[in-house]
Amino acid sequence: MRWLLLKDLQILRRSPLLVGVLVGYSVVVSLVAGVALSSGPSKPAVAFANLVAPDDSEIALGGRRVDASQYADKLFEKVEPIRVKTRAEAIEKVRSGEALGALVVPADVTQKLQGTLGLGGGGRPQVEVYYSAENPLKTQYVKDTIDSTLAEANAAISAEVLKESAKYLNVIVAGGKVGVPIVGEVDILGLRRARAIIEATLATLPEDAPQRPGLEQVSRFAGLAADNLDLSKPILASISKPVRVTRIIVSGSNASLSAFAAEAAVVGSMMFVALLLAAGMLALEREENAFGRLVRGLVSRTGLVVEKVGLAALAAFVLTTVMLGILAALLGLDFARAPLWLIVLAAGSLAFGAMGVAIGGATREVRSASLAAFVVSLPVAALALVPSGSVADGIYDLIRVISAVFPFRPAMDALDAAISGGDLLAPLLHLVALALVFAALARLSLRRFG
Amino acid sequence: MTDATAPVALTADGVTKAYGERRALQGVSFSAHRGERIAIIGPNGAGKTTLLQILAGSLKPTGGSVSLKEGEIGWVPQQPALYTKLTVAENLRLFARLERVADVAGTVERMLDQTGLRDRARDELGSLSGGNRQRVNVAIGLLAEPSVLLLDEPSSSLDPRQRERLWAFVSGLAEAGTAVVYATHNVAEAERFADRVLVLADGELLFSGSPRELERTVGGDAEAPDLESAFVRFLHDRGH
Repeated sequence: MRWLLLKDLQILRRSPLLVGVLVGYSVVVSLVAGVALSSGPSKPAVAFANLVAPDDSEIALGGRRVDASQYADKLFEKVEPIRVKTRAEAIEKVRSGEALGALVVPADVTQKLQGTLGLGGGGRPQVEVYYSAENPLKTQYVKDTIDSTLAEANAAISAEVLKESAKYLNVIVAGGKVGVPIVGEVDILGLRRARAIIEATLATLPEDAPQRPGLEQVSRFAGLAADNLDLSKPILASISKPVRVTRIIVSGSNASLSAFAAEAAVVGSMMFVALLLAAGMLALEREENAFGRLVRGLVSRTGLVVEKVGLAALAAFVLTTVMLGILAALLGLDFARAPLWLIVLAAGSLAFGAMGVAIGGATREVRSASLAAFVVSLPVAALALVPSGSVADGIYDLIRVISAVFPFRPAMDALDAAISGGDLLAPLLHLVALALVFAALARLSLRRFG
Repeated sequence: MTDATAPVALTADGVTKAYGERRALQGVSFSAHRGERIAIIGPNGAGKTTLLQILAGSLKPTGGSVSLKEGEIGWVPQQPALYTKLTVAENLRLFARLERVADVAGTVERMLDQTGLRDRARDELGSLSGGNRQRVNVAIGLLAEPSVLLLDEPSSSLDPRQRERLWAFVSGLAEAGTAVVYATHNVAEAERFADRVLVLADGELLFSGSPRELERTVGGDAEAPDLESAFVRFLHDRGH
């Protein structure tokens, strides 16, 4: 078996282009896939037409003047704005495909907003959003981005209004100065101070004074009103953000997106290299007609399976160890956990190698073996990366079953646990079991050939 | 040349092979003596390759027995079973190691001399002609110095000059005492390079004797001018 292994390594050494393509393709595709999976979508281009006159963008909020255009900045954090001057220009940008959507802020928006905030009646302010329905996915993405941003802007304005309202409440309760348009600054007595004055007046009155019951009633009301309005401030504060979010991880690790990208890239490379090498090198024995000669007492079929699994696993292990080492250094992963990484890389490489030999055992030529390895591995990898909750329950259960039959998902889980912590034993045993099952299948498939 | 007194190198006794209902071989028995050249001839699907594979140990018979074990027989499959990315010497060295030959280097040197490929020893097999590949293919079958060499259609992919060289090489082995058993479609080759022919049809051994005896069986030289004509008529007379 040793001589066969050396022979295979010699053949690989004589095929630098093939090995280069195999390794290069695997690494590049896996890295790109990993980065794509871990990075969010780029900002969509959105045409933005602000039709509000520059000197008309402020609204009065209590005693303050707030520039409404500052809320547009929130939108620009999430989209790539293409600033235009007219509504028609904005719509044309969408039609031409230059922008995925357009947001038009009409000229009367601040006026209407002022009317709404000042309880002056009139229609509520409206902004206009235009989409291209050319690509439903892109349309949905732009729609969601603009909707969520507008919701944030609404919440921010609400918060400002509530803050001003709370100030007024404070003045009503405790008294103080308030700026009033035209009149100027006005001193408000406030409920507490009013009550204090009544209490002081009551103290000067005889016990049977006829004014006393009425004044006592007013004093009690002032006290109750002040206390209850005080209580209403935290309630008002909670209106702007009625629900707070606490994030707790109940399954999976707390791997960062960059660590996840590294895991996907490493396992992807492992899969391609081990599968293609194992399937191809076993098929090569038959393509070169050497298989019949070998199993005629020179090497047992089981020995052949073990040798090919070992070769593929060795190559995948070396490649992914180097790859993970570089990625770990770049991403600042904890090298103290490196022994666990190596265990996972070894187990994963063996499982993929065994699967590759099973594929190679079912085919007669290198080309068909390589094609079969691609056809089997790509959908399996894609399915294994489908997150729970993104599809219907029944479909996800089916995906889990399919993913459990192939090494990609358990390899991802095991590497995730090795890098970021979590249950390592279960996915590791899963990989070992898959390696044994696929090796047994490969051995069975070799019975067909003489 | 046939030597009836030479010791028996290989005996097949009642070899049978069935694939479900289909019987590929039906009780084939024969012996091969040392230095004897035996050609197995027959129409397509007669069972020639199946018989050789069973003799070589690549295929298990359904019934019957073969006197030698697989490691004691040299086997040369129809298509060269070699690694095209390895050199001639590397192929010989690899199989010598797998055959657990005692003196690997010495054996490789001997084979390079025997095949006349010493000057191509460092060339990758993929760069060799079909004839030269077949010589390496035969040489690998001889690495363990077997007393019996089995060849399946050894000259099928060779041009006339390459065929001539191959048969000269194989005849040299027989003269050195190796029993050579080969399957061929080329009856003329069997006539020239076989001491004995075995005629197989539908898995049945119909004839075992010298080419001349086969010609006589169908009525003599007048009616069968050569072995090929005699062979065709022989099969026709027996309903094949």
